[in-house]
Amino acid sequence: MRAISAIARRELAAYFGSPTAYVLIGVFLVLSGYFFYSDVALFVTFGAQVLSTGLWRFVFVDYRLVTLLVLPLVTMRLFAEERKLGTIELLWTLPVKDYQLILGKFLAAWCFFAVIVLLAMIPFVVFYAFFPFDLGPPIAGFVGLLLLGTAFIACGIAASTLTENQVVAAMLTYGVLVFFWFMTWNEAVGEESVIRVLLLLSLFDHYYNFASGSIQTVDVAYFLVFAAFFLFIALRSLQSRSWRGVV
Amino acid sequence: MQRSVPVRGRRTLPGRGRRSGAGGRSGIRSWAAAGATRAPARSTDGTTLEITAEHLRKTFGATVAVHDVSFEIARGEVVGFLGPNGAGKSTTLRMLTGVFPPSSGRAIIAGRDVAREPLEARRALGYLPERAAAYGEMQVAGYLRFIAEMKGLGARELTGAVRAAMGATGIEHVSHRLIGNLSKGYRQRVGIAQALIGSPPVLILDEPTSGLDPEQVTEIRGLVQGLGSERTVILSTHILPEVESICSRVIIMNRGRILAVDSPAHLEEHLRPYREIAVEVAGPGDDVLRVLRGVPEVVEVVAIAGAPGAATGTWAVRSEHRHDVRRAVAAAVVGAGYGLVRLEHLAMTLEEIFLTLIGDEEAGAPSSRRTEQVGASH
Repeated sequence: MRAISAIARRELAAYFGSPTAYVLIGVFLVLSGYFFYSDVALFVTFGAQVLSTGLWRFVFVDYRLVTLLVLPLVTMRLFAEERKLGTIELLWTLPVKDYQLILGKFLAAWCFFAVIVLLAMIPFVVFYAFFPFDLGPPIAGFVGLLLLGTAFIACGIAASTLTENQVVAAMLTYGVLVFFWFMTWNEAVGEESVIRVLLLLSLFDHYYNFASGSIQTVDVAYFLVFAAFFLFIALRSLQSRSWRGVV
Repeated sequence: MQRSVPVRGRRTLPGRGRRSGAGGRSGIRSWAAAGATRAPARSTDGTTLEITAEHLRKTFGATVAVHDVSFEIARGEVVGFLGPNGAGKSTTLRMLTGVFPPSSGRAIIAGRDVAREPLEARRALGYLPERAAAYGEMQVAGYLRFIAEMKGLGARELTGAVRAAMGATGIEHVSHRLIGNLSKGYRQRVGIAQALIGSPPVLILDEPTSGLDPEQVTEIRGLVQGLGSERTVILSTHILPEVESICSRVIIMNRGRILAVDSPAHLEEHLRPYREIAVEVAGPGDDVLRVLRGVPEVVEVVAIAGAPGAATGTWAVRSEHRHDVRRAVAAAVVGAGYGLVRLEHLAMTLEEIFLTLIGDEEAGAPSSRRTEQVGASH
């Protein structure tokens, strides 16, 4: 546990000690703020009645895009940089297990994301000050966003273990995540039974319930399994040094 | 043919017999190429073994990186680990440090099997990776605290351990600087400080002086030398003078195999079946040659410098190891009326030892070596 927290604290210090963190946070806030503003404008202009389906749903669906854009850039360095610097070899000779390395880095990226999510709540707070609303649906939305981020981070970490090139790690993460998004878009050519399975696997189809304000156990389970799966891939990838060598 | 000298620092491993095609130079390859068959915590002469490699073998797919590497290192020894690039040094060190397990065989550090009890073994180990890898954006003290936490030091011991490591490596005055802004020599010190944290009994240093300027090399070498007094150290390098000045024994690897494990002096005795002195004489070449050949116990005289007809020439005078012919040679030269300009014993440098071993292995036969050859091999 001490080792996990030591790694997480080191990674967080590395994040906030470099300008990239602030650029990423800035990009997230500008984009999400703009989306929030235009969604509110849309809501007001077209006179929608119900906040959860008329406004929050759109806000969270838009936040999802910004998260998709930013998180792979947060996770790409976690292992790729260690490989590039050669520090990974030192970590492997310290009395620490591979899973602790992964969990420490996962925790750091997750905390970083939590900071972003916290800042992304600011427009909601401002909105609430002028127009108090039912807090339930937005809370469900943020729970969904955090779970979505958890899945993204796990996937990004797995990609980062595979290469010493951060750009490759980010591209790989984008590829996998976008695939999990687009895989249900081929209804026209797919069999209905196939589509049903794909819908079950598709990332964002599990997110829409949260965005609309409802937390479903199956959706929560989906994201947790998704994250666990990719963390397991990351673990196997780190262990592959015993037959791949230290590259 | 087999040697097992019960002197610490001079122990050699029992061999498995001569490989076919081995040249007749000496038994060196036979006792060095193969490995030990026993796995005691103590060696034959009663010293405690701190590092043991037993038939380490590592394959990556179809490639065999390390064939069959065995050696033992007793507590307190400083051992040089030599070999050209691609010899399998790093792979062997990675098996010793637990980066990956061997395909077969065992590595034991401080009595712990590195593959079976990885955390216990690693706790006994300080490791300086080849590139002295550290995080450039961290402060020296912060980095060392991080390493101390990773090594499981408690909050109370931590500060003291960091301070001690900085003191031992002389980096207290840069403790608040970013590692990325330090000179290479200081970064190397930080790497060594990191290895020292937690006072591990075993240190493995991979190329600690590579890429440093001469002054830094001297400093780091001195630092490593100081460490050796209380710890067991493996120093991997391809800079031979470094090993000559620091190490009591050398392990020489090439192509995934061990060529020799012994002290440099012992190796010389085996690799060169004669003692050699250099004599520089002012006088006509043919006559001088005749005079030198006439000295009792001189076996062979070879010209190593000076063209025929030149005013002075340098000669390598060889005799058996048990005979020191220097006085006789000096008397003979002076007695014959020639000018004795220089006379010295020509010890085989590690470079020559190294190249002879590797040359033998690659040629499959002993190669003849001249004494004035050889720059550092990098």
